[in-house]
Amino acid sequence: MSTALLLLITGIGLGAIYFLVASGLSLIYGLMGVLNFAHGVFLSLGAFLGYEVATRMGTSTWGGFAVSLLVGALAGAVFAALTERFLVQRLYERHIEQVLVTVGLALATVALFDGIWGTDPRFITGPGWMETTTRVAGANVPNDRFVAIIVAALVLLAIVLFLRRTRYGMIIRAGVENRSMVTALGIDVRNAFTLVFTIGGAAAGLGGVLASHYFGYVSPLLGQTLLIFAFIVTVIGGLGSLLGAAVASVVVAVLQQFANYYLWGTGDLAVVVLLAVVLLTRPSGLLGRK
Amino acid sequence: MTEQTPAPVGATTGSSAAPVLVVRDLRAHVAGQQVVEHVDLEVAATGVTALLGRNGVGKTSTIKAVMGLIGRSGTIELAGRDISALPTHRVAQLGVGYVPEDREVFSGLTVTENLRLAERKGGEHRYDLVYELFPELKERGQQAAGTLSGGQQQMVSLARALLNDNRVLLVDEPTKGLAPRLVQEVGRVLTRAAEVVPVLLVEQNLQVVRDLTSRVVVLTDGRSVHHGPAADFLDDPAATQRLLGVHGGTDPAGAV
Repeated sequence: MSTALLLLITGIGLGAIYFLVASGLSLIYGLMGVLNFAHGVFLSLGAFLGYEVATRMGTSTWGGFAVSLLVGALAGAVFAALTERFLVQRLYERHIEQVLVTVGLALATVALFDGIWGTDPRFITGPGWMETTTRVAGANVPNDRFVAIIVAALVLLAIVLFLRRTRYGMIIRAGVENRSMVTALGIDVRNAFTLVFTIGGAAAGLGGVLASHYFGYVSPLLGQTLLIFAFIVTVIGGLGSLLGAAVASVVVAVLQQFANYYLWGTGDLAVVVLLAVVLLTRPSGLLGRK
Repeated sequence: MTEQTPAPVGATTGSSAAPVLVVRDLRAHVAGQQVVEHVDLEVAATGVTALLGRNGVGKTSTIKAVMGLIGRSGTIELAGRDISALPTHRVAQLGVGYVPEDREVFSGLTVTENLRLAERKGGEHRYDLVYELFPELKERGQQAAGTLSGGQQQMVSLARALLNDNRVLLVDEPTKGLAPRLVQEVGRVLTRAAEVVPVLLVEQNLQVVRDLTSRVVVLTDGRSVHHGPAADFLDDPAATQRLLGVHGGTDPAGAV
């Protein structure tokens, strides 16, 4: 029982990281029709710069951890905004070229990270409390899982409030439904495009810092590895649906944990099977529009 | 009234003011296929101008081309300014209101949000007019637009266009699929709208055309082939039969 609980909470913690990547992917695809293969490198950049800041300020300090989260989010946001403005937007409405340019950027950036930080993992530790466990009904749960879950929940809440309460949020919701009608109302949606990239990049950068504590290291391929699962999450949740991405993140990660433990390490296979089942029975995803 | 050589546009408008929208030699394409071959049309500075033709002749494509929603070439002048190279949002900002064929309300947004999204910067927002014409929209402000009936969605779509101080409205088949009572309602709204802004109307219901419009432009196979006073055209059974495939709007039901 305590093992199941540990797997569940750890799974939700991993789901929190998936969500931080998948939320941006889903909004970007929903609004712009772009599958952003460069999203993982936003995460990796956030993780590396967060790592650099934390090691300079002291990895065991809460201040170092907090600033690394801020720097990670900022790095992801800036990188994503520049990507949108200078690459994706130049290829406005040319979806195949947009996808290709993000694939190219991802390959080039991973190589750049290899050059700067090397291909070996950089190990990182956090403040003392995050390296210990808390006993929950008999299960010893690593504390960094709780931090990931809380941060992801706050990000979800912030994005939902932004989408519901602001004019830009309204433009994004309307644009996900019917972009050309938004332009026909006199709104330049390209600003909204840059904005969703920026928000998605910030969430991914945060996810990078949290992922480095979850796995205990940073490496150039960290982001692209998580990106594969984030894409699966996005499809299962329904492309363009933020809440769908949140639900699917948790479902996918928890399934992965349980299958890895109880079904002889078949977590990745189980996720792909789930993807196949969803595509066959609900092609638009759990909360996607028909 | 000759099909091969249309009368010079403007000669028959009967209005002294310059037309608000002038389209010359418009061509438009969708996915590499030519959907508008050669359209000339003028929208007079007042009242309703109807754009008629059988299904599939390019009426909706003509409207979309003016909005810049599909690829186009030719000259499109709005109050003397060429807008043919401008992106859609610029066309709208310059004062072209668009009521699309299938209403295209944002179903996940509330009625109020649909209207707020339509508010353009730097102008008056005529909520008084909108709520006077459509009191129901005020009552249903917090309802998701996707849960409204077809007629109510049409009201939202018309309200979005009427909210701003536009130079011209492009209204595409507003009575499509509506019950006869709602068709009358839409006619009443368009009459009122035309008092404040000139309208280019695509409409299959010839009774509505007869009631509302003073001038018609008729398309065949992506080309404009007839311009003239509405009454002359609708009262000419040979012309309506040839160009629309129906007799003029004298049918008691008014439906095509």
